[in-house]
Amino acid sequence: MTTQVPGDALVSLKAVNKHYGQLHVLKDINLNVRKGEVVVVIGPSGSGKSTLCRAINRLETIDDGDIKIDGKELPAEGKELAKLRADVGMVFQSFNLFAHKTILENITLGPIKVKGVPKGEADKDAMALLERVGVGQQAPKLPAQLSGGQQQRVAIARALAMKPKVMLFDEPTSALDPEMINEVLDVMVQLAKEGMTMIVVTHEMGFARKAADRVVFMADGQIVEDATPEEFFNNPKSNRAKDFLSKLLTH
Amino acid sequence: MDVIIENLPQYWDGFLRTLFLSVVSGIIALVFGTVLAAARVSPVAALRGFSMTYVEIVRNTPLTIAFFFAAVVLPRLGVTFQQFEVAAIIALSAYTSAFIAEAVRSGVNSVPVGQAEAARSIGMNFSQVLSLIILPQALRTVIPPLINILIALVKNSSVAGAFYVLELFGQGKQLANANGDAVMWVLVGVAFFYLLITIPLGYLASVVERKVAIAR
Repeated sequence: MTTQVPGDALVSLKAVNKHYGQLHVLKDINLNVRKGEVVVVIGPSGSGKSTLCRAINRLETIDDGDIKIDGKELPAEGKELAKLRADVGMVFQSFNLFAHKTILENITLGPIKVKGVPKGEADKDAMALLERVGVGQQAPKLPAQLSGGQQQRVAIARALAMKPKVMLFDEPTSALDPEMINEVLDVMVQLAKEGMTMIVVTHEMGFARKAADRVVFMADGQIVEDATPEEFFNNPKSNRAKDFLSKLLTH
Repeated sequence: MDVIIENLPQYWDGFLRTLFLSVVSGIIALVFGTVLAAARVSPVAALRGFSMTYVEIVRNTPLTIAFFFAAVVLPRLGVTFQQFEVAAIIALSAYTSAFIAEAVRSGVNSVPVGQAEAARSIGMNFSQVLSLIILPQALRTVIPPLINILIALVKNSSVAGAFYVLELFGQGKQLANANGDAVMWVLVGVAFFYLLITIPLGYLASVVERKVAIAR
């Protein structure tokens, strides 16, 4: 495992545990993510990687341990939690664009309602963001009129509109047709290059190799390996990771 | 049939009173019912408990009991009314709001959970998530059951006739007493005026439903 200075961490998880009934989905998770770092979380289905991702902005509660964002403990409920969530961008597997709002409104809703940005300014920023992810043309449409890849890029723009300190991606390409995966990954690679702090749960090994600073491998609710992409892909230490990688590479 | 035409002023009077009871109780019930539904899905356990208890008790007891409570029990507790209409409105809105709450709650549950998660993840608080994201999308599924409940409310308002309110049914009762030879036609007249409210309401439902449809 790589050693880090805890004070340096933008996101820090310490001894985090979570159970779903009998199932122990997160087992004593310790993870620090520094500012500007891109951490890719991989692992077999049911290994707890999505739960880990969702716990960081408290869409999932945890049983014990603590999670800090920028040195601040994650609040349990209410205003404080809402405020903190505004600093943590989240991109979901199923996009979750607001179905009754136009693409532009999807982006501006957060800045206007949560941050109190004037509408004119929010619209301008939103258009710039939409252009940046390559869907500026779609602004007046409803989400259902867009392809999956376009919707996911809008979802990234929606999260970016809040100017988050860190972005969480929960399997952002798993619900996409193969030909649309790259257009989303390109946006994410670009984002990583610009220095955004990112935690990405994904099955896209190509992205991990290309953009990750660190790869975290999870299995059965535990972090089994935490290494650089080269180390992890070329020289995995645990049998669990070797097994996982061998299954990937045969196809 | 003459009995209807001869007594049009009474019918009209009753019709207006029924309309008044229905509209006022309907608006109060829509507001209170939505609040109850919001309480039911809120993060505060006490609110959820209150909402559930209220809905379960009111929904599972007859309307007549609500009327007795408003017209007889409340005055004994010191809450007196100048007019029986007020008691009728209290009973009708208290009763109907329980059904509205259930309809709205099922509508809220029909919106995919990811919508609320996305809204929360951009920092919206509970009331923003509900009012900006969930309720507007729930509207589409809620309209048909809501209109059914409002149609039932219009018909339920006839119970007020038994509590000294001269709405349509109350007027009908008086007319039937005065015209013993034409009771059937008196009742046909009453039914006609009810239909005058309820049928357009059903038509309104289909229009609104088409208007608020969301592609997903």
